[in-house]
Amino acid sequence: MHLEVILHSFGYLAQAAAVTLAISLAGILLGFVIGAGACVARLSRRVWVAALAGVYVSVFRGVPLLVLLLFIYYFLAEFGLDVPALAAAIGGLALSSGAYQTEILRGALNAVPKGQAEAAVALGFTGPEIWRRILLPQALRISIPPLINEFILLLKASSLVSVVGIAELTRVSMNIATMTYRPLEAYVGAALFYLAINLVLAGCGGLAERRLAEGAR
Amino acid sequence: MSLDVLIRYAPSLISGFGVTVMCWGVGGALGIALGFVIALLFRLRIAPLTWALRVFVEVFRGTPFLVQLFLLYAGGPYIGLRLSATAAGVLGLGVYSSAYFAEIFRAGFAAVPVGQIEAAMSVGMTPRDTLLRVTLPGALIAATPPIVNMLVVLSKETVVLSIITVPELMYQMQTMAAETFTAFDSIFAMAAFYWLLVEATSRVGRRVEARVTAFLQEEAKPA
Repeated sequence: MHLEVILHSFGYLAQAAAVTLAISLAGILLGFVIGAGACVARLSRRVWVAALAGVYVSVFRGVPLLVLLLFIYYFLAEFGLDVPALAAAIGGLALSSGAYQTEILRGALNAVPKGQAEAAVALGFTGPEIWRRILLPQALRISIPPLINEFILLLKASSLVSVVGIAELTRVSMNIATMTYRPLEAYVGAALFYLAINLVLAGCGGLAERRLAEGAR
Repeated sequence: MSLDVLIRYAPSLISGFGVTVMCWGVGGALGIALGFVIALLFRLRIAPLTWALRVFVEVFRGTPFLVQLFLLYAGGPYIGLRLSATAAGVLGLGVYSSAYFAEIFRAGFAAVPVGQIEAAMSVGMTPRDTLLRVTLPGALIAATPPIVNMLVVLSKETVVLSIITVPELMYQMQTMAAETFTAFDSIFAMAAFYWLLVEATSRVGRRVEARVTAFLQEEAKPA
């Protein structure tokens, strides 16, 4: 081990880690929008809307992310659309994460006791009011720990977008490995960055979980 | 994609499928075995050992599988570990998943009610008998659903092995796509194939889960 290789490339790795974080953040946020939409669709009374959302979840949870990324890449090229690799990468991450987030949000909504909505109806709350003041605040609260967990998984999965040529942490460490002939040090450096980010995220998750446990009776 | 392309490439696709299943099976078995040993070592409660195992689990769960693979395959030779792509892939899958399996088994052990172990001791069972006849069966039943779930996740991770040139299905499909200019069709077929594989495995998993919980309910009934 030549630790000076890691120290020399520290700046590049830190920059790449920022790109990884930015891509993951964009992916999880866009995924949340997709997931929230699909969750609403899954709970819809129209059977075909619910079924469509169910197919979305099943397909995007079933297809490996690497296959999905390449598919988006080639799919758009087939129709002559020259989409930048970055957009394809974020889109792929968001579509995949959206399917998982659909189920997280659905589970959280189901975890809110039925009696709460019934009590609200009995007290004369209107439909939108029940959603805004009773169901959503509690469901979002319940969904925060699993959403943080999903973010950690997404951050690790974002290493796969290196195959479409985006200069994130994994790609940059590959470049450093080929330039310095020191793959061991380059990948240990990248692993340390991933680990540091994930430990911070896991810490936030633990904190959120404890605080929410305090709030709930 | 014309059918004759598929027929022409059938042998390489079939062998790729075989490699995928082999990597999945051997890697998964290795991960379960290693994870089980780690969970048992956790139970010894030797502080330095527990600490070291904790670091192992956190490192392998906190870093991407792809980076771990690169480290093993490209970095390995620098510390005297020279492996073929397939060997590195199987070993990588095993070690990576062992961290997850260890946590699954640990949770399984934690799920066995303390009262059962106390009851076993109070009727005079030896510690060895208590472990083999009370703790282990209970822990394994509790761990079955998450194990099946992890195996499904692992089946999707095998695709990543194509990046370090393990000749599994994804790799063969990409070779075919490059040689015949059928990138779109090949990737589409891949997506459909893995979706079916994951759906089928999940379905089998749910049946196993249903049987396990049915067994638990039977156990819970008063005699």
